[in-house]
Amino acid sequence: MWAGRPSTSLTIGKGVVLTLLVAAVLVPLWAVLVTSLASRGTIDDAGGMVMIPREIDPSAYITIFSGGDVTRAVWVSTLITVFGTAVSLVLTVLAAYGLSRPGSVAHRGLLFYFLLTFLIFPGLVPSYLVVTGLGLKDSLWSLILPSAISVFNLVVIRAFFMNVPAELLDSARIDGAGELRILTRIVLPLSKAVIAVVGLFYAVGYWNVYFNAVLYIDSNDKFPLQRVLQSYILAGQSPNVSGAAVSLPGVTAYPPTLAVKMAVVVVTVIPAVIIYPFVQRHFTKGVITGAVKG
Amino acid sequence: MSAPAPVDTRPPAGRTPSPRRPRRGGRRNLRARLRRDWPLLAMAAPAALLLLVFHYLPTLGNVIAFQDYNPFVGDGPLDAFLNSEWIGFGNFEALFRDPLFWDAVRNTLSITAFQLVFFFPLPILLALILNSVVSARLRGFVQSVVYLPHFFSWVLVVTFFVQMFGGAGLLAQELRQAGYEPWNIMTNPDTFIVLVTAEAVWKDLGWGAIVFLAALSAIDQNLYEAAAADGAGRWRRLWHITLPGLRPVIVLLLIMRLGDALSVGFEQFILQREAVGRQAAEVLDTFVYYQAISTQQWGLGAAAGLFKAVVGLALILTANKVAHRLGEQGVYAKS
Repeated sequence: MWAGRPSTSLTIGKGVVLTLLVAAVLVPLWAVLVTSLASRGTIDDAGGMVMIPREIDPSAYITIFSGGDVTRAVWVSTLITVFGTAVSLVLTVLAAYGLSRPGSVAHRGLLFYFLLTFLIFPGLVPSYLVVTGLGLKDSLWSLILPSAISVFNLVVIRAFFMNVPAELLDSARIDGAGELRILTRIVLPLSKAVIAVVGLFYAVGYWNVYFNAVLYIDSNDKFPLQRVLQSYILAGQSPNVSGAAVSLPGVTAYPPTLAVKMAVVVVTVIPAVIIYPFVQRHFTKGVITGAVKG
Repeated sequence: MSAPAPVDTRPPAGRTPSPRRPRRGGRRNLRARLRRDWPLLAMAAPAALLLLVFHYLPTLGNVIAFQDYNPFVGDGPLDAFLNSEWIGFGNFEALFRDPLFWDAVRNTLSITAFQLVFFFPLPILLALILNSVVSARLRGFVQSVVYLPHFFSWVLVVTFFVQMFGGAGLLAQELRQAGYEPWNIMTNPDTFIVLVTAEAVWKDLGWGAIVFLAALSAIDQNLYEAAAADGAGRWRRLWHITLPGLRPVIVLLLIMRLGDALSVGFEQFILQREAVGRQAAEVLDTFVYYQAISTQQWGLGAAAGLFKAVVGLALILTANKVAHRLGEQGVYAKS
């Protein structure tokens, strides 16, 4: 075989590197999960983070889900994520289809209009003034509308749509199907992989929204989860570790216990960890082919 | 990225025009094409409208960089804009005289340079290692794990680092129990540049490798076979086949990174600015936030934002031109 046998030291070196990388991701996740399920005594014995589970004590989860900031924030984030992802996907798919036919009216100009957003972009100040000027301050719309369209995602989907065989579309057109019907009946079923990947990208973006909430959301009861996590962990642990601009009066009356903090972390991580395996197998297939051909 | 120019495929007389490749131009023709294509335009319209309002309108709004913008001289930003005084380059003069601004520029460029050296090559190395793992199952497992942090928010990433390396974190707690004095890298301004790079690597190393893995799988395997038959060893095959195969992707990503030299991330720095202090953690984006939005100096903030956008555009166009000179494809093809 032409590849030859790799030298033993090289193989061991690679093994060590890959093991360290996997551990670097899994160890923190493990420590957080175990600590969130540990009892007060176990945490005291360990002197902080717990690595070896002794029992499963769900009281931290009961605390955060019995109403209050975290429960509310989970609802707010779920709402933004589900609704925002739906809005983003629908608008992006429609636009990608609208731009998928070279030679249609205004095709080149419209494509340029979308792609130009990669080169010129607004700064923070004018964006802030536009969003507040539209009256979106302290509205959950401010977390959805400004970031609803990702042109990168649009380009990826468009590249996929352009790969759908023209004969399929032509025969549907001859049968009298309109564009919307062609999109939903023929093109979309062929593009499930890319829709899943882009949907995940959008959902992650909405679930992770933090700074826009710092900028635009004033009322405690509209804080998304990341904002509450920040005040629980980074501000709750040491006043040194929080942002001054984001200190939160009245979010927690008493410092949360370590188990409660770690439970909030787990709740924030979980959606990504659950959805991810279903979408992951499409990453390379979906994203790279889309991006390279775009 | 741009569409191929439609070829003039005027159909011979007596045949109906093909619906897919129409002839360009022509006024009567335009009406017919519009009747056929209006659903496509209507489908693109909502997204185009959102970009108009939330992307292009604020881009135009950058002109307040040339104003002494005062939100209180009218009701609403538009009114205030119309009533604010134009002061030419006054904001830019104030900005360029501000030592805090230059601190932020210096920090930003240092972090960019540091990450170009200590972050940029790592995904390439990881891709090479992963590519050489024979077992598809093992490779799949490693990939699943190292991609995951890409989907975590910066709040989560910083939280994990605090819980592992902070004053009350796992490492400090183990050191204390072993009788050593723990040190706190989370609040040390001198090592902050290493910390933010480590966080960025933890989050995006795996994700960054995807594109290189794709490029590796596109390399013709026969080349390796031929080179091996000619007696090229492992390292010479890497140097003469693998690296040239990766070069277009590397150049593309380098150009994009250079064009983005003035952006090093935002939330990551906002979240840790108080912990290590402004001296180390103020970058251009946080400067705009703290010196403009927090203090309501809108004109100054817009000037800093516009400075960043213009320099970034110049950088990316320059880098792309250089790439073309060197015979690479770059971000967009020469047309």
